[in-house]
Amino acid sequence: MPDQLIYAMEVFLNGLMAGVLYALVALGFVLIYKASGIFNYAQGVMALFSAMTLVGLMEGQVPFSHLINAILGTQVHHFGWHLPAVLGILLTMAVMVALAWLVQVVIFRHLVNQEPIILFMATIGLAYFMEGFGDLMWGSEIKKLDVGLPQGINLWIDETTFNIFDYGFFIDNLDIVATIIAALLVGVLVAFSQYTKQGRAMRAVADDHQAALSVGVSLSFIWVMVWSVAGFVALVAGVMWGTKSGVQFSLSLIALKALPVLMLGGFTSIPGAIVGGLIIGVGEKLFEFAIGPIIGGATENWFAYVLALVFLVFRPQGLFGDKIIERV
Amino acid sequence: MFYREAGDFKTSYQDDNQTFPIKFDRYRYYFVLFVAFAIIPFMINDYWVNAVFLPFLIYTIAAIGLNILTGYCGQVSLGTGGFMAVGAYAVYKLMTLFPEVNVLIHIVLAGVVTAGVGVLFGLPSLRIKGFYLAVATLAAQFFLVWMFNRVPWFYNYSASGQISAPERTFLGEVITGPETEAWAAYLVCLVFVTLSAILARNLTRGSLGRKWMAIRDMDIAAEIIGVNPLGAKLSAFAISSFFVGVSGALFFAVYLGAVEVGEVFGINKSFLVLFMIIIGGLGSIFGSFAGAAFLVLLPVFLKNVLVGGLGWPTDLAAHLEFMIVGGLIIVFLIAEPHGLAQLWRVTKEKLRLWPFPH
Repeated sequence: MPDQLIYAMEVFLNGLMAGVLYALVALGFVLIYKASGIFNYAQGVMALFSAMTLVGLMEGQVPFSHLINAILGTQVHHFGWHLPAVLGILLTMAVMVALAWLVQVVIFRHLVNQEPIILFMATIGLAYFMEGFGDLMWGSEIKKLDVGLPQGINLWIDETTFNIFDYGFFIDNLDIVATIIAALLVGVLVAFSQYTKQGRAMRAVADDHQAALSVGVSLSFIWVMVWSVAGFVALVAGVMWGTKSGVQFSLSLIALKALPVLMLGGFTSIPGAIVGGLIIGVGEKLFEFAIGPIIGGATENWFAYVLALVFLVFRPQGLFGDKIIERV
Repeated sequence: MFYREAGDFKTSYQDDNQTFPIKFDRYRYYFVLFVAFAIIPFMINDYWVNAVFLPFLIYTIAAIGLNILTGYCGQVSLGTGGFMAVGAYAVYKLMTLFPEVNVLIHIVLAGVVTAGVGVLFGLPSLRIKGFYLAVATLAAQFFLVWMFNRVPWFYNYSASGQISAPERTFLGEVITGPETEAWAAYLVCLVFVTLSAILARNLTRGSLGRKWMAIRDMDIAAEIIGVNPLGAKLSAFAISSFFVGVSGALFFAVYLGAVEVGEVFGINKSFLVLFMIIIGGLGSIFGSFAGAAFLVLLPVFLKNVLVGGLGWPTDLAAHLEFMIVGGLIIVFLIAEPHGLAQLWRVTKEKLRLWPFPH
């Protein structure tokens, strides 16, 4: 088999893995948009904040240590304990639920019935606020996150492909684990929304707020629940990305990467987020591999957006999104 | 008792249609212009110009541009940084290709080039609306920044990839480059701001502005009553990009002098200008001024108070700044979605009755 084709296959597989990671982030967006019509720009910052909280709790950091030291002149940094990963994740989940409740009570209850663009801009404000708050609370240096996920090259695939193609594919263990976790997560979320009472209530709220209210669904409870689930998805995404490249500011930029995924898949569809993520992941990597060297490289910055843009011109609602019907 | 229309009779259509019909408003406007043009240049120094006045004036032009697109025409755009970069690189290429022509003409031409690019990236707005358009403009942002980094013709094949403004003079006075006097840079920007504001105010008061607002409020209904959506949206993109391009050109040529496109014109710039128009007030020219002033002065104020006054480290001040800006956006959106401009309008309404309660 020609060399370029073998390399292309490797790039394709890596693209699929990258796509899964994008889809993980996009899932959080879809959940919140489905249930409350809010496009949550702060999802990426939520992933960063949850990862920072997890590291902080596991390492026993003192929250706001920098601020306390500046005001009081002390030198406290750590409590001295080290939590196991599972306990850290549970505590972080509790923090994310509290955050969801706060966001609901402080911000979105006052913005009910506003236009979508106002809600979007409120989430941009929330993203900036949470970024500053997270940095203030846990410090802005790069942190290493280690919850026990396997990392490094998968040796089994390396050897097998070497035997077949004479060239060992480099597939990271972490990516495989991320794929499995994402599949599980999607399965759990779909099962939750289809087969449980709360999931049904969530779908009712997504369909029509007022009708759901009249049937007896508590809107604020559903919204807090949805934001908590989105927070959980953000935590998973934050753990994946944080283990890959460290917990740092650039984690919040993955929200920007999830946007073309959403545009492609449609804002209201969970399978759309997955399929969109895979298409963007594969498309990005293949484009960079095939055409990148000709036009200067680093095309991954913008290719996803241009692809989504071109796609939108022909199908404005995305692959699986609800058809946009406008009435006068 | 000062702010009244009583006794002020208009005797011609021109008087009736003027921008500031109330005498107090008119005199206040002339006074502000007088202070800005005739008093401040004599009292200014390098610190004030570089830290406060130049960013304020330049961001005002950008905010006016984005306000026309987002506030008056309803097309959300996150590509402001990219379009400012187009203005900066256009003025750089024009200055280096035609060094004899006056740099002020080059700045206007850079605006025209940016208008063309804006129309190109605005074409999808005919099919895509709302959020989708915001994300589509992100494509413009990232693509333009990438292009200016990768295509060497734009930075004249220099080794560092940076562009720096060559020295240019006007009427014998240096206005670009490191030898510029503070008052000269200030006056150049002030002239551009005044002309931009007058132009924008009159455009938005006229039939084109009404078409934009019709598209913003309900574009299908607007089309039914005869507003051409193609013409209105593309003209909004073109005129908005013209202002943003001029502001980018001034940002590079007069204010910074040297630019590395990735850090200066990145996505943060787009969000900054968007925050300015949200806080200042969507759909208001005064709001562009107010929002730009607010977001330029806030970091300076915070740094002086926290770092200078309390002695806190600068990264704490930076984190607090993020928190305050984000928090203020949310507070404004909840309490006063129409921004500082609405607060100003309400104040004026109350003043018209003062000292009477109603």
